[in-house]
Amino acid sequence: MSKLQQAFSAGAFALTAEMAPPKGYDFKEALETAALLKDCVHGVNVTDMQSACLKASSLGLCIALKQAGIEPILQMTGRDRSRMAIQAEFLSAAAFGIDTVLALTGDHPTVGDCKSSKPVFDLDSVGILKLLGNMEKNGTDCGGNALSSTPKFCKGAAVTPVYDPLFLQINKLKKKVDAGAEFVQTQGIFTVEALETFMNEVLRNNIKVKVMAGVIPLKAAGMARYMNENIPGIEVPQAMIDRLAAAAEEGKEKGVKGLPMAAGIDMAAELIAEIKSRDLCDGVHIMAIGAERNVPVILQKAGL
Amino acid sequence: MIVSKAKPFEKVLAMLQGVQKVGLVGCKSCASACAVGGEKECGEMKEALEAAGFEVVGIVLPDESCHKMLLRRELKPLVAAGAEALVSLACGSGCQTVAENVKIPVYPANDTLFVGQTERVGIFHEMCRTCGDCVLGETGGICPMTKCAKSLVNGPCGGQRNGKCEVDPNNDCAWILIYKRLEALGQLHKMEETLEDHSSRNYPLTVNVREAKK
Repeated sequence: MSKLQQAFSAGAFALTAEMAPPKGYDFKEALETAALLKDCVHGVNVTDMQSACLKASSLGLCIALKQAGIEPILQMTGRDRSRMAIQAEFLSAAAFGIDTVLALTGDHPTVGDCKSSKPVFDLDSVGILKLLGNMEKNGTDCGGNALSSTPKFCKGAAVTPVYDPLFLQINKLKKKVDAGAEFVQTQGIFTVEALETFMNEVLRNNIKVKVMAGVIPLKAAGMARYMNENIPGIEVPQAMIDRLAAAAEEGKEKGVKGLPMAAGIDMAAELIAEIKSRDLCDGVHIMAIGAERNVPVILQKAGL
Repeated sequence: MIVSKAKPFEKVLAMLQGVQKVGLVGCKSCASACAVGGEKECGEMKEALEAAGFEVVGIVLPDESCHKMLLRRELKPLVAAGAEALVSLACGSGCQTVAENVKIPVYPANDTLFVGQTERVGIFHEMCRTCGDCVLGETGGICPMTKCAKSLVNGPCGGQRNGKCEVDPNNDCAWILIYKRLEALGQLHKMEETLEDHSSRNYPLTVNVREAKK
């Protein structure tokens, strides 16, 4: 049983952090960062060319993490792989002891940095989960042929809580859970109200799944504004942007650097602490977007 | 219909390098309707080629440029007139059908784009990716294979914003359209189903209606 599953079954507040492989083949820095996360999270979630920007593969860094004694969560999108390639990746992952995966549809290549790459999308997130479910149930590949050995994974998916109409996210979430998702991590949320609205729908629809609220520590007012304008499902409240801007102003006056980043850390910690104290969901997933080194201090400030 | 657009004329000229006598083959069907292979466009191509120093030995305008039997007869005068190459002003299917009927080179004047709808004269929208197993009955008459940039079969991705697609914000999110339509039709329960995914379909396909009738 993976560390994350153990946390879920023990009813602990589950913690995961996300990191990206480098745009290159030197994993040294990524491994150093992951080592800082090792003892404060239940899993390190490795992105699969997030935002359709080319990086080393998720599987590669997951293997390196596993070998370094850090619990990886393998992200798998359908953007660049046929169902055969996806299943082959999962088998290889299992061979290295990777036991927790996250199935995603994936961003379209046109929003990334290799725009002429052919989009595959043979399977979407639900399709990937079904592929895994069929493999585990029948011991077969995607063509129905017997496997010589069949792995079993703890399976996750993603969900966007701030979505209009929310019905469509809930409807797809049901399909993901029916297809075997045991946990979901959400797109970044910035207020407990946004999470609460979503959780009420999950409960009302009687969807049995562990929910990990996505938390994105903000670094600057500009970053928050950019995300509001460009990333679907992200709604940073004006009060947070103002607080970051005020921190930048204060830093300028005092000649001190890093105050907006510190304010972002505080706000993320406050949000996590409130989610936990109000028992709104089963854990949090921190997406620090390059600032993973801040994760331990965020968790510490949140009292975790 | 099959929607095509004209290639830049320089590309046609580049393909015709070394050729003197050219025959033109248009199409009275789709290529006429999208104004790339009708009588007018064939006439314009003739003028342009002549201005560029070519001799245009003739123009033929079959009812359907993609009809092999029909073309066998229609192309004879061009070959007889000494054409060294033919230029097809039809779609890719038409161009290939012309080529199957002659022993001289055939060059496309058009780029073939999609199976589409004419919204009004000169405005066309892609409507069908010919997946081979129509799901429109499940999706309120809106095709997710075509209208969703990822051809998703289980509902929208997280990338839609205000009903628009993240791949091209000029496009509506297909699944938001499907949702609204199914809701209006009282068929929202259809959203719970997973559609068949035909992305692994093998091609080229052949259909033989004669065999089926026997």
